[in-house]
Amino acid sequence: MTDITLEQAGAKKSSLFSTAALQKGVAFVVLIALLAFFSIFTENFAAWNNMVNIMQATAVNGVLGVAVTFVIISGGIDLAVGTMMTLTAVMAGLVLTNLGMPLPVGIAAALASGGVMGLISGSAIAKLKIPPFIATLGMMQISRGLALVFSGAKPIYFNSTPNYKYLSPESSISSLIPGFEVPNGVFIMFGVAIAASIVLNRSLFGRYIFALGSNEEAARLSGVNVDFWKILTYALSGAICGVAGLLISSRLNSAQPALGLGYELDAIAAVVIGGTSLSGGRGTILGTIIGAFIMSVLTNGLRSMGVQEEWKIVVTGVIIMVAVFVDIILRRRA
Amino acid sequence: MSVSNDREEAPGGAADREQGAAGQPLLSLSDVEKSFPGVKALRGVRFDLRAGEVHALMGENGAGKSTLMKIITGVYQPDSGEMRVSGEPVSVPDPRAAQALGIGIIHQELFLMNHLTAAQNIFIGREPRKGFGLFVDEQQMRADADALFRRMKVDIDPDVEVGTLTVARQQLVEIAKALSFNSRVLIMDEPTSALNETEVEHLFAIIEDLKRQGVGIVYITHKMDEVKRIADRVTVMRDGQYIDTLPAATTDMATIISLMVGRELADSTRAEGRGAEEEVLRVEGLNRGQVIRNVSFSLRRGEILGFAGLMGAGRTEVARAIFGADPIDSGEITIHGRRQAISSPKDAVALGLAYLSEDRKHFGLVTGMSVSDNITMASWRRFTKGRVFMDDARLREASKDYVARLKVKTPSVFQETRLLSGGNQQKVVIAKWLLRDCDILIFDEPTRGIDIGAKAEIYKLLQGLAAQGKSIIVISSELPEVLRLSHRILVMCEGRITGELDGREATQESIMHLATLRPSIAAE
Ligand SMILES: Nc1ncnc2c1ncn2[C@@H]1O[C@H](COP(=O)(O)OP(=O)(O)OP(=O)(O)O)[C@@H](O)[C@H]1O
Ligand SMILES: [Mg+2]
Repeated sequence: MTDITLEQAGAKKSSLFSTAALQKGVAFVVLIALLAFFSIFTENFAAWNNMVNIMQATAVNGVLGVAVTFVIISGGIDLAVGTMMTLTAVMAGLVLTNLGMPLPVGIAAALASGGVMGLISGSAIAKLKIPPFIATLGMMQISRGLALVFSGAKPIYFNSTPNYKYLSPESSISSLIPGFEVPNGVFIMFGVAIAASIVLNRSLFGRYIFALGSNEEAARLSGVNVDFWKILTYALSGAICGVAGLLISSRLNSAQPALGLGYELDAIAAVVIGGTSLSGGRGTILGTIIGAFIMSVLTNGLRSMGVQEEWKIVVTGVIIMVAVFVDIILRRRA
Repeated sequence: MSVSNDREEAPGGAADREQGAAGQPLLSLSDVEKSFPGVKALRGVRFDLRAGEVHALMGENGAGKSTLMKIITGVYQPDSGEMRVSGEPVSVPDPRAAQALGIGIIHQELFLMNHLTAAQNIFIGREPRKGFGLFVDEQQMRADADALFRRMKVDIDPDVEVGTLTVARQQLVEIAKALSFNSRVLIMDEPTSALNETEVEHLFAIIEDLKRQGVGIVYITHKMDEVKRIADRVTVMRDGQYIDTLPAATTDMATIISLMVGRELADSTRAEGRGAEEEVLRVEGLNRGQVIRNVSFSLRRGEILGFAGLMGAGRTEVARAIFGADPIDSGEITIHGRRQAISSPKDAVALGLAYLSEDRKHFGLVTGMSVSDNITMASWRRFTKGRVFMDDARLREASKDYVARLKVKTPSVFQETRLLSGGNQQKVVIAKWLLRDCDILIFDEPTRGIDIGAKAEIYKLLQGLAAQGKSIIVISSELPEVLRLSHRILVMCEGRITGELDGREATQESIMHLATLRPSIAAE
């Protein structure tokens, strides 16, 4: 996992002191503190089974967080990630259950439909100059509506594709290491995260994403094909939502067309807690993954403490504010 | 002040002429230290300012001039050191405190709110009120701003949105803002870097006026002639250290330069030769609204073509139009004999064009990214492995090379560009286009904010590039620079080219004559 911990190129040399690293450090400390707190004060929290539950619960939000991290670093925002996820799940369901196609085709359908939706948002933003907030708000409704239309507003079950559960809840590794029941979905999340940080930190594309988010006009005047890279960013984000769509529908063994709203806010919260700047140009994938873990540890821990579900929502809100506040303090000092 | 035996206060020193030995200096600093991560910006600096004097502060890029001024105005806190105002020790925890002490500053980097009007920017935070203090008295504010502009003899509409103004005019708004505080101490950090001769004259008149009112002025500049013109004393800094304070009138400039650079500088020479006959760029009938009117010219291989003119003459607009940064109404652009439709900077760069913007903060630099990333940005594609992954080792090498060649002062190539001094940021933008290795370079105010030593280096570099067969357009508001560099000079006024001069024959006067040849008047 060393690739995830790589800093944005600019900060590589002094990564110990860079604010992004500090923020990730803070997020990491918060995560450890939460884990310690709940382990001490609740009975069953620390049980291996529960840890697996937490990981499982993080997978979808983690992947969506990665998707939206790209967009936010590029200086944009994507409000459609939750509903695009649902639409991609419905597409997989249509292809696998209704058309009876083999599993790889279903997977391809989910990724491709996500990519296309992202491509459309990206084009609206880059070419038609519609502000990202508005364009993706539109895309949120479009994809939500399409998911309902295509599915006839009814869940699509994957009973005819028994292998589908291997995408998320099933644990292939437990047959190799007995007792190590980590679901495949968790590995997929980490895989997506590693690949994403390689793209972000190592590739030409990643470098352009940072440049766009920091000063789009300067990048344009440097001869960068700004529109192209912007569209690509949204398309990639959409395709990653396809991965999330596969994970969630595999776990539920169904594509639930009514699901999806609200997921985008959880994903953005994970990104922000992880130290990515909403004004663009700054952020890390590892931070987002830690942010997603913080959110699910909170949910799970508070539940094991017997705290009302409603209070859990309040606490999450507080955590978001605290995280951003810490970020501001750190940035002022640097 | 603790250091009472400063050499500038020696008996009979010419610097004493403005104010007798009696009285405390208006402002004095001693033993100021300031470090940033990886940089010791100030080491034991002292400085003092008397009422009614212009005290020039000089030094190479990154010497610590702006940092010292930011400490005086509460933008930064010193690590140690003492500051006194009229003999009283003071602390300046934030810019507001500085304003309360009567210290105003015109920053090197503009701090204006682009979406507010000029008047709103000037009076932000202290707007005139009406209706029991509940409403802003817009009319009063506008009138006050107008009065300020009139006093400065500049023609800016108080209601204009600041973001729509050119850098030069934004700088004038910033100056108006600093004047509006009625400060006792006024700091000007390279105030003329974006002004043309006429505006500089206006500014000098204002400065004379303020001097008579007893205002003390700290004047940071890289321009020797300005120091000669208006300064009473000069303090030189080098590498964060105080070097010396001298009376401006009796010290010759060579002495100041050698104190600044630590060595002698070779005299500047004018451009030799005139480029080959081969035409690399031809522009015909270029038009864009009122700002570009029927501009035609050509650029030869190995030629340096100077563009002179007053601010707002349309030089930057022509450059941006050729580069595809702005749409044009009509016009033909021919590059290497082939007609080209350039609709975006990407096309232009692909055709071998480079454009260095006059506005480095908005259009030149990605200030949040590293020096290395900025230098290589226009060339990233060349620094990939298999066209996908960045080759960081080669990126580092290339940027280190240019950092060394242009003497960019930075702790490492990984430093965020926003943390560099103004002149060093400018060098980074120049490095970006040198590394891109384009055939046709359009440099818009290339030496803005660059110190004398580095300027000479850049001139040599540009002449070297021309000798290698690159073609260069230099847009500059500094006439000596245009005269020094250009083989041929085009002068613009109100969007038109009003004349062409041979680089060897041109004089400041002949350029100014053409630059003020208003076509709108001439046509009548
Ligand atoms: N916030 C900061 N963080 C880190 N380094 C800084 C910061 N501000 C200034 N520096 C460094 O301190 C040194 C002095 O900078 P300063 O801006 O005072 O130079 P300057 O004399 O004004 O130069 P110029 O003529 O180019 O404007 C430079 O090396 C600069 O890189
Ligand atoms: Mg400076």
